[in-house]
Amino acid sequence: MKKTLLTEYQSLPERVGQVFRVDGVEIVLFRLSNGEVRAIENRSPHPKGGILSEGLVSGEFVYCPVYDLKISLTDGKVQAPDEGQVKIFSVERDNDQVFIVK
Amino acid sequence: MSKKKLVMIGNGMAGVRTIEDMLKIAPEAFEITIFGNEPHPNYNRIQLSTVLQGDTTVEDIIMNSWEWYRDHDIQLFTNEAIVKIDSEAKKVISDKGRKVVYDELIIATGSSSFILPIPGADKKGVTGFRDIQDCEMMIKTAKEYKRAAVIGGGLLGLEAARGLLNLGMEVDVIHLMPHLMERQLDPTASNMLKEELEAQGMNFIMEKQTTEILGDERVTGLRFSDGKEIAADLVVMAVGIRPNVQVASESGIYVNRGIVVDDYMQTSMPNVYAVGECAEHREMVYGLVAPLYEQGKVLATKLCGVETKPYEGSIVGTGLKVSGVDLFSAGEIDDDPKTKSIKVHNEFDGVYKKVIIRDNKISGIVLYGDTKDSSRLFRMLLKKEDVSGMTSVSILESGCCGGGESSDVATMAADEIVCGCNGVTKGTIVEAIQTKDLTSVEEVGSCTNAGRSCGRCKSLISDILAHTLGDKYDVAAKKTALCGCTTLSRDEVVAEIKQKGLTSVKEVMNVLGWKQEEGCTKCRPALNYYLGMILQDQYTDDRDSRLVNEKMHANIQKDGTYSVIPRMYGGVTSAQDLKKIAEVAEKYDVPLVKLTGGQRIGLYGVSKEDLPSVWEDLGMQSGYAYGKTLRTVKTCVGAKFCRYGTQDSMGLGIELEKKFERLDTPHKVKMGVSACPRNCAESGIKDFGVVGIDGGWELYVAGNGGTDLRAGDLFATVKTKDEVIELIGAFLQYYRENANYLERTSTWVERVGLDHVKEVLADEQTRKALNDRLDKTLEKYNEPWSETIENKEIKDKYYQKRDVPVLV
Repeated sequence: MKKTLLTEYQSLPERVGQVFRVDGVEIVLFRLSNGEVRAIENRSPHPKGGILSEGLVSGEFVYCPVYDLKISLTDGKVQAPDEGQVKIFSVERDNDQVFIVK
Repeated sequence: MSKKKLVMIGNGMAGVRTIEDMLKIAPEAFEITIFGNEPHPNYNRIQLSTVLQGDTTVEDIIMNSWEWYRDHDIQLFTNEAIVKIDSEAKKVISDKGRKVVYDELIIATGSSSFILPIPGADKKGVTGFRDIQDCEMMIKTAKEYKRAAVIGGGLLGLEAARGLLNLGMEVDVIHLMPHLMERQLDPTASNMLKEELEAQGMNFIMEKQTTEILGDERVTGLRFSDGKEIAADLVVMAVGIRPNVQVASESGIYVNRGIVVDDYMQTSMPNVYAVGECAEHREMVYGLVAPLYEQGKVLATKLCGVETKPYEGSIVGTGLKVSGVDLFSAGEIDDDPKTKSIKVHNEFDGVYKKVIIRDNKISGIVLYGDTKDSSRLFRMLLKKEDVSGMTSVSILESGCCGGGESSDVATMAADEIVCGCNGVTKGTIVEAIQTKDLTSVEEVGSCTNAGRSCGRCKSLISDILAHTLGDKYDVAAKKTALCGCTTLSRDEVVAEIKQKGLTSVKEVMNVLGWKQEEGCTKCRPALNYYLGMILQDQYTDDRDSRLVNEKMHANIQKDGTYSVIPRMYGGVTSAQDLKKIAEVAEKYDVPLVKLTGGQRIGLYGVSKEDLPSVWEDLGMQSGYAYGKTLRTVKTCVGAKFCRYGTQDSMGLGIELEKKFERLDTPHKVKMGVSACPRNCAESGIKDFGVVGIDGGWELYVAGNGGTDLRAGDLFATVKTKDEVIELIGAFLQYYRENANYLERTSTWVERVGLDHVKEVLADEQTRKALNDRLDKTLEKYNEPWSETIENKEIKDKYYQKRDVPVLV
């Protein structure tokens, strides 16, 4: 298990994904309207691929900006009737510092 | 246990479906290699005619993406054909010399268009209609040439002919027989079809045998057996298909018309199987997808070592994928002394139905003009139901009052096939509806594949939804609710906003009790639009309720990069702007610089973090090529240079674009201004099209050049350009205030009626009030690119990617 410091909590705008490049992988942090932070890989599970960072955020979900898949930010699962799985990362907060653990 | 080696020759629908079925039964059992001689992954060949007809793109008909092959560890060699099967060594040899060993081999080479062996058949401009390449060739030809001849008045020929009409060609269809589709239709239905297609613009040359294709290098015409000739720049051969059996026969496999197989798809060679259009089973070669999928299923099950029922042949039903034509046919077509048939011929409505009954069972169906009964009748035919107790009315009429239909679905057994193309049963659909909370035909499709190939069973799926969900499935209600988050319709939401004085997206969702608290991609952008429309300059835009393109002020591309298209008023540019664009393209290594359809220049493939600096370096304004707003005003050169021009089209175009740019509208809005009726700016297919005439202007409205191709309606003829601007302003505002979000002017006018709009806008006071509200709204907009450049907060929030140093 490795903790990586990504940023300060204060720098995260609400409901707009922020992209971080870590070790060649793009990770998006979403600060939800309840204050929680979620981290997912910036890669749409749609067969044609694409990114997720610019998707519309609603509660605990983000919508794939190109193919409109509804994706849970809690477990990365694509919601029915579509199927698929996005890689998620667990997030830890230490005061203002936001880490991901992988 | 080591994996068995499975090799498949052919990468089409039947073969790949067999592999999919195998992966479902025994995902780890085989190491799979596929050879395909086309450069594409597996695509939906049935939908080629819709590609040709312009309804979909090649991209959209891909069924298995490259990733699918990768994800399932399938080795795929495209553009590579197998030339020899060595049964002794159990290996195949490709045209590139590659040798691959197999334990089991599937031949799924499909079929080719049958090209008539007549002089000239090898000339340029002669093609079959079988694959993406044929399709692309026809689309390309249609851009340069005008006259097409389609040989063959069967299913494929007519679909090709319709596509060529859509591409703007003049089309002659040559048919050897006295009736079109004579293998599927009786003379009555055939004549009705012919009349309809003639009305759509096809020209038929019946009972003619083509004997020669004329021309030098390229085709210029056809000659018939009676010596008559016609001119043609493109000849499409659609007289039939020929199974691709060459590699099988040369390798010593027994071949008749197709590769002969037994009831388990086994060929005469051990461990070699054939499936699909190349296979001949009990003297039948099938060309439709349903039987091929049935064959695939039997073969897949057998190869996985699971016991299976043998394949015993199929009875097939046919429809025709041509807009404006609704037909279905299955089984026998013609009466004989031992048959009795029920016929209904309603000439007034253009409906014809014939059900042929032999020994008290349905043995043939021909439906034209109304195919609602097709799934039910076809099922009765397949199940050999005894109809002696039924009245002719109950056989033919599935019940217009609804009760009949649902009881019909209710009596269906769970194992009955609903979607023949994909072999999906009623039971599978019902289970999916119940376990996955599905509520629409589309959802059932994406879950079970039902209805996704030819689409004929969609009405039956809708009935099953209605029967399974009961009151919860309300077709009408579903259509009008804004989205799944609410039961309120657009009009109700708009009324509530006005009445309760709601001022933000969040407030609307809160007060009106949204089921999903923060909304979805359907309602959030719509609410943001309605609020802006109602509150005019008082509304603060909710940028995060806009979808990606409008949020980013750039158009997202499939790889996550963006396109940048600066404003070029009226399509008029300058040397200075061109230099700037060129410099930016070089500096940022932009992968594609292209002239757009709207007379501008697009820079494609810009990464998101470069957007603000690209905009800054350009120093130009956003062209809003991504927005539900005024896109461009296309203009012709006009009276300033053109000898035909009667008016200053560029001047008016630029004035219109400057006045209405940035305005939020229900959907995108395109305008065109031409200086004479030759209409070089294509004013006839714009939301607002202006045509200069001697001493005045004509204003056309609600034209559309896209999905709902529609010629604009002449709205008014006026003397001055100020009148044009005043009318467009009033019309635009009335559309903004009344259309549904995402409704183009074309569909809106179709819905409310042009006369209604004319009536409303006839009143000068009304027009003035509309224009006042419009002008007030226009005041609120800022130029978004310069706003971004100047505002660090916006830049950080939307346009940055942060690198995280990895500590070692």
